[in-house]
Amino acid sequence: MSMIDAPREIIMGMPRARAVSLTRWAIILAAAAALEIYGRFFADPAFIRPVSAIVGAWFNPVMSDERIFWALSMAVFEIAVAYALSIVFGAAIGISIGVSNFARASFLPIVLLLYAIPQVTLMPLFILIFGLGAAGKIAFGFTHGIFPIIVNVVAGMRDINPLHRSAIASMGGARADLLRHVIAPNMAPAFFTGLRLSMTLTMLGVILAELYVSTGGIGYFTRLYAENFNPAPLFALIGTLALIAVLFNSLVRVAERRLTPGARAPAKLGLSGAKSK
Amino acid sequence: MTGAFAQRSIQIAFLGVVGGAWWLLTSSHAVSPLFLPPPEAVYTAVSRLVVAAPFWSAVGVTLATIAKAYGIAVVAGVFAGWLVTRSKFWTEVFEPIIAGLFTIPITLFFPMFILFFGIGAGSKVAYGAVYGFFPIALNTIAGLGRADERYLRAARSMGASSLETFRHVLLPSAFPVLVTGLRVGFFICFASVLGGEALSSIAGVGRNIALAAELMDSARMYAWIVVVICFAVSLNFVMTSIENRATASEAARR
Repeated sequence: MSMIDAPREIIMGMPRARAVSLTRWAIILAAAAALEIYGRFFADPAFIRPVSAIVGAWFNPVMSDERIFWALSMAVFEIAVAYALSIVFGAAIGISIGVSNFARASFLPIVLLLYAIPQVTLMPLFILIFGLGAAGKIAFGFTHGIFPIIVNVVAGMRDINPLHRSAIASMGGARADLLRHVIAPNMAPAFFTGLRLSMTLTMLGVILAELYVSTGGIGYFTRLYAENFNPAPLFALIGTLALIAVLFNSLVRVAERRLTPGARAPAKLGLSGAKSK
Repeated sequence: MTGAFAQRSIQIAFLGVVGGAWWLLTSSHAVSPLFLPPPEAVYTAVSRLVVAAPFWSAVGVTLATIAKAYGIAVVAGVFAGWLVTRSKFWTEVFEPIIAGLFTIPITLFFPMFILFFGIGAGSKVAYGAVYGFFPIALNTIAGLGRADERYLRAARSMGASSLETFRHVLLPSAFPVLVTGLRVGFFICFASVLGGEALSSIAGVGRNIALAAELMDSARMYAWIVVVICFAVSLNFVMTSIENRATASEAARR
């Protein structure tokens, strides 16, 4: 931002970016070391265990117990299905709302009203309707994940430079060309913002439902370990899910980097709505 | 003018269609009243619910939990954001850690809160506070980082103390972003307290919704849901208009 922090600045004898990331990793490792020392020498083993014990519990029982592995695979499957449904329906609804100013002004307030509902209150209802199996968890993840995609697709379809539209028209482009060469690149940054938010919310919905249904799946095991004051496998199970979440997030981020037409969509396209998100 | 009228009519028609579909589906017995009780049954349940003492005690428990969680989240979030932005280097170190943690659903860690704090209100306070902390801290960082370097230098060269710099330069420029963080943080806090209560708790609104569902008392469950949704949507409306006013007044000052 300012002129003081030029990119070539040297800190602690190395380029700034490397100093920053080294410090960041040092802090994370220090936190893990502090947990190890505290867990090993000071903590009540009913509540906190050292990192080494958590890693041990990851191999046994978390990864060796077939039922836990199955529960984790089911959660991954539910997140994937809910996310795919969110993208398909979110993009379809977003495009139909964003296609004209009239449709946007009419339907976006409805979407925003629904988005403002605290969905967690509906969780018992979802389980009541869809039962204890995967369907309810997928449905709950889907209703969480679809809204950011709709809202960001609509935002991305706004502010299309009319010159680009008329350029396509004057060069004899069809409607498909307009979509492919003007609307899609213009929409891409906002769309990927929506994809990222949607991933976080889809996982939130699925995990909430998983924890709520404590008769099977992940919720059963987290409850089992928490109520038996057996923190090592609990931490290992939660840590595995957190790593899965990080993995899913980075997949979305990689897709974003690969697929965003960065060079072709300069900031002056007027994506103010997308950038502020 | 006519366009705005048509849009408004479409929105009202949408609500009408939803309400009509609800009435038709239930009065024709197409859906079991277990899943979707008729509107009049929900209305009766709401009117019976709000006059009963247990309703107010549950609301009291939940509101107190939210107030505590949100208070902690605001203080800790703003303070952490201020601390981190003291130097550009520490901002660059910590901002990705906080943002990265926030992309993980913190609900995952809910069983740990139960383990540490039990199933009373304490675990919900801690869980809501941790969840609300992240958007507030991130927006504080973003807001304080927005301050114009020239103003900061001007304040420094005129001998402003760090408190004066905060009061006259940092806070005004951070304000709109900060307000957004406070609003988002509140609703995340609100939802996570309700969710925590539904997951594992002994009292509160979320617990009552889950309990009604477990007892298959659908009309009562819908009554609770209607009350919570009305509360949340109207609160969201109020807070968004306050936020818009704050943003507009800032834009006017520039």
